Amino acid sequence: MINLYTRRRIANATGLSVAVLAMGFGLFWLCWILWTLLDHGLPALTSAVFTKMTPPPGSTGGLLNAIFGSLMMTVIGTLIGTPIGILAGTYLAEFGQRGWLAPVTRFINDILLSAPSIVIGLFVYEVYVVHVRHFSGWAGTIALAIIVIPIVIRTTENMLRLVPSTLREAAAALGAPQWKIISFVTLRAARAGIITGIMLAIARISGETAPLLFTALNNQFWSDNMNQPMANLPVVIFQFAMSPYTDWQNLAWAGALLITFSVLTLNILARVLFRQSASTH
Amino acid sequence: MNAENIAKPRVVVKDLNFFYGKYRALKDINLDIAEKKVTAFIGPSGCGKSTLLRTFNRMYQLYPQQTATGSIMLDGDNILDKHQDLNKLRAKVGMVFQKPTPFPMSIYDNIAFGVKLYHNLSKNDMDERVEWALKKAALWGEVKDKLKQSGMGLSGGQQQRLCIARAIAVKPEVLLLDEPTSALDPISTAHIEKLIDELKEDFTIVIVTHNMQQAARVSDYTAYMYLGDLIEFGDTSTVFTNPVRKETEDYITGRFG
Repeated sequence: MINLYTRRRIANATGLSVAVLAMGFGLFWLCWILWTLLDHGLPALTSAVFTKMTPPPGSTGGLLNAIFGSLMMTVIGTLIGTPIGILAGTYLAEFGQRGWLAPVTRFINDILLSAPSIVIGLFVYEVYVVHVRHFSGWAGTIALAIIVIPIVIRTTENMLRLVPSTLREAAAALGAPQWKIISFVTLRAARAGIITGIMLAIARISGETAPLLFTALNNQFWSDNMNQPMANLPVVIFQFAMSPYTDWQNLAWAGALLITFSVLTLNILARVLFRQSASTH
Repeated sequence: MNAENIAKPRVVVKDLNFFYGKYRALKDINLDIAEKKVTAFIGPSGCGKSTLLRTFNRMYQLYPQQTATGSIMLDGDNILDKHQDLNKLRAKVGMVFQKPTPFPMSIYDNIAFGVKLYHNLSKNDMDERVEWALKKAALWGEVKDKLKQSGMGLSGGQQQRLCIARAIAVKPEVLLLDEPTSALDPISTAHIEKLIDELKEDFTIVIVTHNMQQAARVSDYTAYMYLGDLIEFGDTSTVFTNPVRKETEDYITGRFG
């Protein structure tokens, strides 16, 4: 009979090693992906990538139109989706205590949150692209906004729920009307968490390919007309990577590197921001 | 049990019953709160003392399923009347909570927040009001050079005094203190008890406390509650030295609770 203390030490050591192994397994693939990206992407990342348009096969070019299109659609999609998400999340957290509307909204939002993004692309294709009869930057923007909304709703609601109810009571005890309590006290207390959620939503949509395939499609040339098909990084990567041309494949690597590292940067920023504010509260 | 000896009642509670859903948490409470005195509610956990306090500013209204019947008269108005303007009521009846609750804004704005709800003060007047409130709460000396810093950065005791300053800055008539020192160390507690003593010159104060010594130290009147009933109410010195009811004596002598 091994004594209790030894048994606990063995259990502890076993648990710890399994956990470390699992972490190593996860990190291994991530590092491999990042390494391959850097290996293939860095040599392809020339200044032409940022100054020239996507080329026809066989000639040199860059990704400027795709970078611009991605930025346009991501930024406008975020600007459309964020206010709707924050307002709806605020409703769920602050007013959703009674009645049937809030639980139903929350349930539908959860479905939307986990809906495959290709379904959202097809949806926008059906209700918008089919009616205007052409692919466009706006269609892509709408699809991205629809992806942003449920993420922001969920984080806003969760972050507001973390605000202690005593803070609401304290503001109410001063005689503050509910809209002032929410806008000056609770939303402010949850600000860092909500911003983190928005940044994660941006990170998510900047890599989405499926919803753009059916909406923004692609454009080989420079276009800042949101009513026309618009170039964007994910779809360009998708097309170029599948092509037999080395030039195109290299550009796809460069684009993949750009997206991955901007998403990684956003994620890290979001976490740092959240951690900082968590420690000051 | 209605203490006849209260000369100037500020708040008059009559036949008050309170329900959490179907559960009756307060049973036919009758008592008077004396003007510019300190009234303490004591009793074991779950006896309804905080519940009673929270009916005075209708804090329970934030939550569905909580209802009160009976009447609580303040300035000739029934607080429990459904036409009562809650925001005006809460401007007259301030409250400080068990845990310090500074808002996520600067020390100055923490105090200005409540004042701005009712008064349109000039910058100078607001500065004076903030200074007045912080001085009343015995915090001015410690924070006068960092009014623009976040209220969250203060120590627990300072935060609680900030909350007291915030509550008195709107110049309420009644101040409700819900176990204001239970999260604080002895030195901060002593600070706040001294403060309560000074504040009763201007305000009618009601304090809920778990600490019987504290009730004995700071209050003029004491109400002992048990399981939703008001068991005994009277002069603090009488309740503590010569209680009428056996239950009260058992509780304050520590034989029960």
